[in-house]
Amino acid sequence: MSGPYIRPVSRTGWWLTQPRYVRYMMREISSLFIGGYMLIMITGLYRLSQGPQEYAAFLAALLGPAGVAYTLVTFVFAAYHTYTWFIVTPKAMPLVFAGKRVPGSVIVAAHWVGFAVISVALWLLMTAQGV
Amino acid sequence: MSDRVVEFEILRYDPDQDETPRFQTYSVPCHEDWVVLDAINYIKDELDRTLSYRWSCHMAVCGSCGMVINGEPALACHAFVRDYPDQIRVEPLHNFPVERDLVVNMDDFIGKLTSVKPWLIAKDPKTIDEGAYLQSKAELSIFKQYTACINCLLCYSACPQYALNDAFVGPAALALAHRYNQDSRDVGRSARQDVVASNPGIWECSFVGACSEVCPKSVDPAAAIQQAKIASTGDYFLDFLMPWRNKAADDGSNDQ
Repeated sequence: MSGPYIRPVSRTGWWLTQPRYVRYMMREISSLFIGGYMLIMITGLYRLSQGPQEYAAFLAALLGPAGVAYTLVTFVFAAYHTYTWFIVTPKAMPLVFAGKRVPGSVIVAAHWVGFAVISVALWLLMTAQGV
Repeated sequence: MSDRVVEFEILRYDPDQDETPRFQTYSVPCHEDWVVLDAINYIKDELDRTLSYRWSCHMAVCGSCGMVINGEPALACHAFVRDYPDQIRVEPLHNFPVERDLVVNMDDFIGKLTSVKPWLIAKDPKTIDEGAYLQSKAELSIFKQYTACINCLLCYSACPQYALNDAFVGPAALALAHRYNQDSRDVGRSARQDVVASNPGIWECSFVGACSEVCPKSVDPAAAIQQAKIASTGDYFLDFLMPWRNKAADDGSNDQ
């Protein structure tokens, strides 16, 4: 007589049991890479405050193989994070306009348009400043 | 039209004899229009009358026949055999104690469902003679999707958060709390907040979203929980800025 059986759950390997759990973990782990990139940015500001030579050394290090590799990986994770974040926005922020639900696809599309507009504006600003 | 023979690997567990569950295989000649529930009924009727499982309506309304079919939580009456390979593994819902074979114990869910008071709490309760509480179509559309929940527990079976911490109130109960909180006729939100806005309530959810992906009725519990998080965060800041607001909330106020 054993009574009801409780199936064990792996506390460390659970996320490998379903593709959707892996996708979730990738979305969450992307934050670590983006956080790491923020630390690099802050370090850059600090090196800038130290003088032109120090900043040039920082830039040279960032353009080295490790710096480029980390930036590329972070870019992929940031793009994935953005993609997954935009997809879930209609769930968290449903909009009602003129008494009707705004379709989720419209909310997601609006985010992409906003993202593109801000990106282009920043690009223009940076090129105008000669960055 | 010839039947396709499909091997069904069914999880078996007899609490009087077995220490752990085991799988038993049955060869079932399946019609083209059969769902997995038809095949299980065939096993029960023709091959092995000791098999235990729950079912009732056979039309995705009662929510009784939730099972894990080839690793995915699904209603057995909603899963066509033709959409699966020649081997189909059927297990009881994950994250619940297995009573026998495909039957799980859902007492934990029933307790949590009750704890969120999933019923209409009206400001001025009416007698039946006084008639219905009226509501416009627009007001109904705010929460209608959440009324479709059939308590089938597929969402709890898919939720890794519930798997790791069974104190989590969970997707269906929180979605139903949100359903009443969004109802223009209801003033019970503050009475539900103790459970809903607690750590094992909405804040235990990390938005994996698996609940919404497996929901057979498109309830989207993940959406309900995220909206409740935003509303509760708004409460936190408003209470901080306007301490006198606490008193008003106790009298009952709505999200929207």
